Amino acid sequence: MTLALVIEQVLNGVQLGVMLFLMAAGLTLIFGVMGLINLAHGSLYMVGAFACASVAALTGSFWLGLVASLAAAAAAGALIEITVIRRLYQRDHLDQVLATFALILIFSEGTRWLFGSFPLYLDIPPLLQGAVGLPGGAQYPLYRLAIILAGALVAFGLYALISRTRLGMRIRAGESDREMIAALGVDIRTLYTLVFALGAALAGLAGAMVGALQSVQVGMGEPVLILAFVVIVIGGIGSIKGALIGALLVGSVDTLGRFLLPQLLALVVPPDQAGLIGGALASMLIYILMAIILAVKPRGLFPAQA
Amino acid sequence: MNRETRVNLLLLVLLLAVPFVADALGQTFTVTLVTRIAILALAAVGLNIALGLGGLVSFGHAAFFGIGGYAAGILASHAMSGEPMLFGFEGSAQMPVIWIVAMLAAGLVSLAIGVISLRTSGVYFIMITLAFAQMVYYFAISWPAYGGEDGLSITLRNGFPGLNTMRPTEFFLVCFGVLAVALVLSALLSASRFGAALQAARQNEVRLASIGIAPMPIRLTAFVLSAMITAVAGALYADLNRFVSPSMLSWHMSGELIVLVILGGTGRLMGPVAGAALFVLLEFWLGGITERWQFFLGLILLVTVLFARGGVIGLFAGKERHG
Repeated sequence: MTLALVIEQVLNGVQLGVMLFLMAAGLTLIFGVMGLINLAHGSLYMVGAFACASVAALTGSFWLGLVASLAAAAAAGALIEITVIRRLYQRDHLDQVLATFALILIFSEGTRWLFGSFPLYLDIPPLLQGAVGLPGGAQYPLYRLAIILAGALVAFGLYALISRTRLGMRIRAGESDREMIAALGVDIRTLYTLVFALGAALAGLAGAMVGALQSVQVGMGEPVLILAFVVIVIGGIGSIKGALIGALLVGSVDTLGRFLLPQLLALVVPPDQAGLIGGALASMLIYILMAIILAVKPRGLFPAQA
Repeated sequence: MNRETRVNLLLLVLLLAVPFVADALGQTFTVTLVTRIAILALAAVGLNIALGLGGLVSFGHAAFFGIGGYAAGILASHAMSGEPMLFGFEGSAQMPVIWIVAMLAAGLVSLAIGVISLRTSGVYFIMITLAFAQMVYYFAISWPAYGGEDGLSITLRNGFPGLNTMRPTEFFLVCFGVLAVALVLSALLSASRFGAALQAARQNEVRLASIGIAPMPIRLTAFVLSAMITAVAGALYADLNRFVSPSMLSWHMSGELIVLVILGGTGRLMGPVAGAALFVLLEFWLGGITERWQFFLGLILLVTVLFARGGVIGLFAGKERHG
C-alpha cells in the first residue's frame, strides 16, 4: 500500500461524497422547506443523465448536454411539482412515500419506453480527458478532479444563494413559517415550485456528471437515492451543512472501507476469507455508521431547528 | 353483523373457493395466482400491524420477507446436501421447522433494527428502516455462500406433514391456513389491551405516556411481531417460486408491501387481503395487455393515493367504525 494509492482512494471518496451532496442537498432542501419526502429524486438524477447523454450524442458536445441535463431535470421537477407533488404537502409522509414511489414506476418505465432497455454511453469531454500526476507518482483522472471542483462550486453557490440573496431569504422564511411569509405577500406556491426545480436541477447535474463515468441506464438513480437518504439522516434532515458533511463522511467511509477492510482483515484471517468477509462488511459499513450516529444523536449531526 | 364483517367474510370465501373451482376446471395457473395473493396478503397482514395499527411506516419490511425466504432456501439446501450448517445444526425440508427458524431470525433482526429505528419517528423512521433493509440486501448480494447475486433454487418444495405440497391446491391450503391464523391473531391483537395501547401510541404518544404506559416497548413488540409474520410469508413465497434471490430483499419489495396495505385500506383487518388481491390481479391484467404495465400501474397507484383514500375495504364497507 503506497502513499499514491491512499491519496487516490481518498480522492475517490471525496468525489463520491460530492456527488452524494448534489443529491442530498436537493432532498434536504425540499424536506426542510416543504416537509416532503421525495423518493422520485433518483428519477430526476436519471432524467439528467439521459438528457445529457442523448443531447451529447446528437450535437457532439458534452457541454450542451450538461446544459440540457440541468434544463430537463428542472423542467421535469417543475412539472411533477405542479401536477402531483403540490397536492402532497398537507398529506402525511405515508401518502408522500406512496405517490413518489408511483412516480418512480412511471419515470423508469417511461424512460425505458423512450430510450429502450440498452444503456447509453457518454464520453468525457476532450478538455477533461487525461490524468494529473499525484505526489507519490500515481496518475489521477482529470475528470474526477473536475467533478470535485464542480461540486465544491455548487456547494459554495448554494450557500451564497441561501444566505445572501433575496430568494434565499424567502426560502429560509418558508422553512420557519409558511403562513407568515404567505401573509407578507410572497407567492408561496411559486416559491415551492422554484425550490423543487432547483433541487431537481442539482440531481440532474449529478446524474449527467456521473453519466460519463458509468453507463446511463434505467434504475441508475435508486442506489444513489438510498445513499443520499443515509447522508441526510446522518447530517440531520433539513440541514444543507449536515448534507455536505454527511455526504463527505459517507463517501469517504464507503470508499476507504472497501479498500482498507479486506487488507486489515488479512492481518488476522487467511487472505481468501479476508476478501470475502471484508467485502461483505464493507458493503454494510455506512449503514453501521448511520446506526452508531443515530444511537448517539437520533436527529442527526446537525438537526435543523424546525 | 355489520357491513365490514360481511365484506370480509365474502372476501375470505371467494379466496378459498376460487382455487378449487379453478382446479376442477383444470386452470392450474389460477391456483398459483391465488396462492400468490394469499402469500402477499400474509406479508401485508404482518406489515399492517406495524403500519396500520401502530402508525410505524416501515419501508424495510422486505428485509424480513427476504430473511424468511432465505430461511426456507438455506434450510432446504442443507437438507438436500446433508451437510450440517453453522454450529452443527441440521437442515430441514419441513415447513413448520422452517417457519419457526424464519420467525426467530426475523425476530432477532427486527429487534436490533427496531431498538435503533424506534428512537426516531416520522420521516427519519421511514429512511432508517429503508437503509437497514438495504444493508441486509447488500449483505445477501456480497455473501457468496448461498448464491450471492444469483440467488438460491429450492429443488423440491418443502413439505408439510400430511399434505403433498407439490400439488397446487394442497400448497394453497397451507398458505390459506397460515393466512387465516394470522388474520385471527391480528383481529385478537387489535381488540386486546395491547392493541388499544398500540393504536393510542399512533394517535397520541404523550397522552399514552401520561396514563403510565411507555410507548417504546409497545411499538417494539408490534414491530417484531409484524416482522415475524412477514418472514413466514417470505418462506412461503420462496416455496411458491422454489427460488429465493436478493430481489426479495430489495426496496421495491418494501414499497410493494406498503402499496398492498394502502390499496386495501390501512389498519383494516382484511385490508391486506383486498390489497393483495387487487394488486396481483392488476399486475396480471396489465401484464397481459401491455409490456409497459409498470407505467400504468404507477399511474393507477398515483391516482389512488391522490384521490381515493381509504382503499378497497373503505370503498365497499364505508369508513372505519370506532367503538
